[in-house]
Amino acid sequence: MALTLTVNGTSHTVDVESDTPLLWVIRDSIGLTGTKYGCGIAKCGACTVHIDGRAARSCTTKASAAVGKAITTIEGLSADSSHPIQVAWVEQDVPQCGYCQSGWIMSAAALLDKRANPSDFDIDSEFADNICRCGTYQRIRSAIHRAAEIAAAR
Amino acid sequence: MTHHEISRRKFIATSAAAGGGMVVGFSIPTAAQAAAVNMNPWESPTDKDGEEINAWLTVDRDGTVTIRLGQSEMGEGVFTSMPMIVAEELGVDWKMVRAEYADANRHVRNDNVYQRMSTGGSGAVRRSRVYLQQAGASARERLKEAAAQAWGVARSTVTAKDSVLSSGNNTGTYAEFAAAAAAIMFTEEEEPAIKTPDQFTLLGTSVARLDTPLKVNGTATFGIDVRVPGMLYAAIIHSPTPGGMVKTMDGDAVRGLPGVVDVLQLGPGGIGNLTYNPEEVPNRVTGITSSVVVVADTYYHALSAVNQLPVTWDAGPGGGSTNATIQAAAFDILHNPAHEAHLPVQDEGDAAGGIAGAATVVESTYTTPFLEHACMEPLNCTVHVTDGRVDVWGGFQNPPGALGVVADELGVEQETVFTHTTFLGDGFGLRSRNHEVREAAAIAGAIGRPVKMLWSREETTTQGKYRPYATYYFKGGLDAGGKLAGYENRIVSQSIFFHQIPQFMRDGLDSVALEGMDARMPYTMPNKKVTWAMSNTHIPPQWWRSVGMSQNPFALESFIDEMAYAAGTDPLQFRLDMLPEDSEFQAPYRLVAEKAGWDSNLPKGQGMGIAASEGFGSIIATVAKVTVSRRGQLTIDSIDVAVDCGHIINSDTIEAQVQSCQVTGLSNALFNEMTIADGAMVEKNFDTYLQLKMSQMPQVNTHLALSGGEKWGGMGEPATGPILGALPNAIFAATGVRIRSLPIRNHSLSWS
Repeated sequence: MALTLTVNGTSHTVDVESDTPLLWVIRDSIGLTGTKYGCGIAKCGACTVHIDGRAARSCTTKASAAVGKAITTIEGLSADSSHPIQVAWVEQDVPQCGYCQSGWIMSAAALLDKRANPSDFDIDSEFADNICRCGTYQRIRSAIHRAAEIAAAR
Repeated sequence: MTHHEISRRKFIATSAAAGGGMVVGFSIPTAAQAAAVNMNPWESPTDKDGEEINAWLTVDRDGTVTIRLGQSEMGEGVFTSMPMIVAEELGVDWKMVRAEYADANRHVRNDNVYQRMSTGGSGAVRRSRVYLQQAGASARERLKEAAAQAWGVARSTVTAKDSVLSSGNNTGTYAEFAAAAAAIMFTEEEEPAIKTPDQFTLLGTSVARLDTPLKVNGTATFGIDVRVPGMLYAAIIHSPTPGGMVKTMDGDAVRGLPGVVDVLQLGPGGIGNLTYNPEEVPNRVTGITSSVVVVADTYYHALSAVNQLPVTWDAGPGGGSTNATIQAAAFDILHNPAHEAHLPVQDEGDAAGGIAGAATVVESTYTTPFLEHACMEPLNCTVHVTDGRVDVWGGFQNPPGALGVVADELGVEQETVFTHTTFLGDGFGLRSRNHEVREAAAIAGAIGRPVKMLWSREETTTQGKYRPYATYYFKGGLDAGGKLAGYENRIVSQSIFFHQIPQFMRDGLDSVALEGMDARMPYTMPNKKVTWAMSNTHIPPQWWRSVGMSQNPFALESFIDEMAYAAGTDPLQFRLDMLPEDSEFQAPYRLVAEKAGWDSNLPKGQGMGIAASEGFGSIIATVAKVTVSRRGQLTIDSIDVAVDCGHIINSDTIEAQVQSCQVTGLSNALFNEMTIADGAMVEKNFDTYLQLKMSQMPQVNTHLALSGGEKWGGMGEPATGPILGALPNAIFAATGVRIRSLPIRNHSLSWS
């Protein structure tokens, strides 16, 4: 069936079954591959996007459930990698292999929207189901605190 | 608001019409375009006509220098460290440096021009540094020679710095003389000497990674992201039990499902080049394993259909085996010292006599389970077969190996195969065997269209090649003064070498299974006997980050600790007492103890544990500090790590890799375990194959104990091992609970 989705401010009409996970529509039908497949069961966070400003796991969100909502992927977080989270991530050289980082960045950006100055406890709670196998956790934590500073200074 | 209409049918038709072997660019134009690395890292980062001075580097007219690297970026920073080595000698302004992957096809055609193109063994720097320095130094001297000839001066009067050549009043840029330099040839005698570490100016500093900008905005291309015009998608299900075979498959049942193009069977009775005899070697990791495949227009269609495909399996020789049967087979050997499978490893002095005359005898058995790599990016590969040319995209740890596998599978000349290495979503050793590459080649060859094959997370977890299980028996005798009088160690484990590189077996022994346990053990023991016996299973084994060091330090350093407590000696002092004065372990042990504030007398419920190991040329000593509640709730308060890798290339990478190895080690120690039921893997995804999370990540402090000199150790893996001993030792210090099998989560840590 034809579904119309709004991704990063652009409307896309795609021909998919309504139960198709949003992840595969974003990646394969629309061609935005920054959003990653990790587990398919919402247990790693690599597929995280924003739906109406809130962090959501695109691998367990049906495409039909996202119709009429504003979907933001890593490609739409900023036009020029200028989001405070992205700036802090570059400043502190957070990524290693980089595969899971889109998901962390989208989750972290949503956290900053909720809490301008998140505590370590806020960070631990927000990322209860995110995995980074390279082990960039220490730098992620530090970079989120740094991003809060950058955002506050703007 | 713009509006794009992309129907699935239209996308396929349009893409197919585009033809050719090029990847469709779905990039978003951003600042990343100007980054030092192309989002497609196999492609040039500049659009200029660079002048190639040697195979390693080109100089553009605007002075941009592109440096090629033979290693693959799976997180350890090679996209920065390898170009740094060339740039150090070249004398180029680092801001002008770009980087790209070397071309494996050229490597194969031009007599291994890039020397070595596999990535593993923590060897990127230590196995490439000398020839990369030589490549940079040679290019610099040829640039100087070109300038000298143009200016009519001696080369010795020309200096090269920050991409500028000078002699007297003459100055010129590298770009101006690049073409002339490219035409100059040096004999071997004329090649310049390379710098010694005291002459380094770039190496040893902290340099920002060149690939970071691509990894914060989604533009970095991983294998899973590759898109080829006309591409179809393949989903696969393998025999649940390794070594099993398809018994029946009803492809017609799913051919009518949405988007399905074809249904294939791989392996015996199906397509694919069987390069081994499955009855003779059921778990060799080369060759096609028995599996079923659906090819469709989208991955989700392929995955949905393969999950509905009616198929029955013959489990094969591994059917019926469980953790219990595998352990029983190993213990039958382990606990029978007269068993013929035990092979001598080391026999010094009189171990039995030393133990017989001891005042105290300590005896323990340790076990470690099978582990899966859990790379964040599930396995995948994209192949496009055309007349006279095959293109292959993926995250290869060994691109020439992938090229060779594709050529072998399709029966084509290696020179006609072109691999395009993407960024790797982790490697850890899994992405070096090219098992999935062979499958993708077989599928694309049969379908006649480009195909991206992607393993689901469930297939990736249950069909991997695993860190083998191992069992250890120790017996130590202590004299009345608490000194070690005799030591016996029997190890029974599965062999990686036997399955993969049998020619590397020596006197029946697998040296990687014995890392740190044989003569490579740092401790001096007067009466020592070590034996090893191979006990293989149907489960295919594979390198797993730090290999033997991913399990041996747990067993050895825990048992050393047991002996220290039995002797009533501080665990650090017990170790130092067994180290020769000139041991390279002295400095890392002493530094980490000092930095961590070593204290073996903390109040109950708190504890510190210490351990060290040497791997991949580096010595690492680690102290873990923990707090354990009476109910057994574990908190890892901090980890201190002292590192002697000799020298540093990029100090930022050292810290990152130490942290990374702690996460690998902590997941391994606390959570990782593959359990086996009816010959198949039970854990299928991250809900049951658990990994360390953010909230469980302790503060990791990295301390340098660099000995310099001739020592050049790797850093991608070695810091994984010691935490496997330090953490259980800290738990013991806090609780009195001795962990003798991993993972720790199987044990109660409660105390009273």
